[in-house]
Amino acid sequence: MISARSVSVELGGARVVDGVTLELARGEWVTLIGPNGAGKSTLLRAIAGLVSFDGAIELDGAPIGSLARREIGRRLAFVPQSPLLPPELTVREYVLLGRTPHIGTFAAESIRDLEAADQALELLELAGFAKRALRTLSGGEQQRAVLARALAQEAPLLLLDEPTTALDIGRQQQALELVADLRTRIGLTVLSAMHELTLATQYADRLVLLSAGELVAAGPPREILTEELIATHYRAAVRVFHDESGPVAVAPRRGA
Amino acid sequence: MIAAARARARGEGAVGVPSPARRALPIAAGVVFLAASLLVGLAIGPVNIGIGAIAVSIASNIPFLGVHSHLSPTDNAVLWQLRAPRVALGALVGGMLALAGASYQGVFRNPLADPYLLGIGAGAGLGATLAIAYGHNSVQSYDLIPLAAFIGASAAVVGAYLLGRSGGSTAATLILAGVTVAAFLTAVQTFVQQQHTQSLEAVYSWILGSLDTAGWHDVALVAPYIVVSSVVIVLFRRSLDVLSVGDEEAASLGLDVGRTRLVIVVFATVGTAAAVAFSGLIGFVGIIVPHAIRLVLGPSYRLIVPLSLLLGGGFLVLCDVIARSVVAPAELPIGVVTAFFGAPFFAIVLRTSRSFRS
Repeated sequence: MISARSVSVELGGARVVDGVTLELARGEWVTLIGPNGAGKSTLLRAIAGLVSFDGAIELDGAPIGSLARREIGRRLAFVPQSPLLPPELTVREYVLLGRTPHIGTFAAESIRDLEAADQALELLELAGFAKRALRTLSGGEQQRAVLARALAQEAPLLLLDEPTTALDIGRQQQALELVADLRTRIGLTVLSAMHELTLATQYADRLVLLSAGELVAAGPPREILTEELIATHYRAAVRVFHDESGPVAVAPRRGA
Repeated sequence: MIAAARARARGEGAVGVPSPARRALPIAAGVVFLAASLLVGLAIGPVNIGIGAIAVSIASNIPFLGVHSHLSPTDNAVLWQLRAPRVALGALVGGMLALAGASYQGVFRNPLADPYLLGIGAGAGLGATLAIAYGHNSVQSYDLIPLAAFIGASAAVVGAYLLGRSGGSTAATLILAGVTVAAFLTAVQTFVQQQHTQSLEAVYSWILGSLDTAGWHDVALVAPYIVVSSVVIVLFRRSLDVLSVGDEEAASLGLDVGRTRLVIVVFATVGTAAAVAFSGLIGFVGIIVPHAIRLVLGPSYRLIVPLSLLLGGGFLVLCDVIARSVVAPAELPIGVVTAFFGAPFFAIVLRTSRSFRS
């Protein structure tokens, strides 16, 4: 689905992503972890075709540079860390903007587009909010609206940058359960970037640990979430708790 | 469920907010407002010509209707050679200023953006001042002003754009570049003006704006620019909605953000420069008309863009009626009227819009 080879990104003269190679199979959920400034968001944005990079990124075998913007929009939906929500726009108008890659520049929405938006609203239980202005929604509801907009895009690949920041623990769980559920129901491939290691462990098939722009470890959570790797790259003293299936929680250890 | 979605898609259900049917009503109302404003503009003036006679006269100008006007040749000349071109220019300029304001507000995601944001006003002002100050002996100086203003306006925006691009080409750097260019050009303009104090009054009255000089010749010169610009911007109205979610997300939705912004800015600028060249710097229209629409009908540019054109045109025609009637036979500068009557009107819209929308 995604194939990234030796991808490097320079921003303002600094090498933010440094020679990352990453493969994502159809239907997988892979989560990028790593300390602040490790290059998680930048790598996501490179894969979304939003920043220029060195190396090669292919979507279903097609180099991303060869794809028109609109075509990329049909193949992947990108949810940034802090989306800009026009405060007075209604939820439905906002979700309909997700149909943009399917609508000609000078055309209006077709019935098919309106149906896709309504379907996304229903999937995220937002049908009752359709006519409300975005500013009247709570943080959790807004997050669902953003996800609905991404789903309305009907792209097989979903890129999520920190989908759970600013949410309480219940909302975090609900948001990720939702993605997990949608992933199986409509067959999405998910690439996310996350800070919260416990949640990352529980929802991803594979974790990719980035540090200072480089990929330092990749594999199933039980291989990546070790106290040693976290101590080295996050400079954090933590304890990793396990159950029979593998690591389930990461807790900071005081005074170590 | 699909049937329900279809019903909603036709605008019949509870959720059918942005359907074309729901947009048709405000646009039809805008057309009626513009038509009524044009009629009022034609009807009011020192020579009394009734609305009925005007309607008949309009019909008599439509081929194959077989209607004959009973207006005297003098009334006919007043109506079609004096008032009509002025009303037409007012509608074109007002529509263009409101449309350009809406466009700039959209592409820069800045509610304070107005048509003069990127230095059009200062550039046109300098151009006109130079033409007035140095062209006053020549017979053609009067014809020179619009050309000089148009060139000044376009050059200012090109300068702002190049300066903004060298600074990173984000919306914020472009606005700052516009402010910088405007400040510089205004300084030059003030200097030239101080060196030619005999031209002070002419410059001042040009800056305040007027539709006074309009003959069909002026209308014919300005119309192509405004019509083409309007058509292009109306075609891009949905792109303006997409831009409202931010550059990066708009790009991830398949929009070529840089190109879209450039096309809209170029056409808004060319149209505004043409409008300003003939009418001077009429303020306030580009800010209040799009915002009044936004406050009442919401932030979708698919309504704001076409309605700005219609309501901006009607609004300026009505302001011009006031400008030429309250102190007749003298005239108020139209910029004074747009602000003096526009500001209280906008205050009312601002106060009542929340309850109206919810």
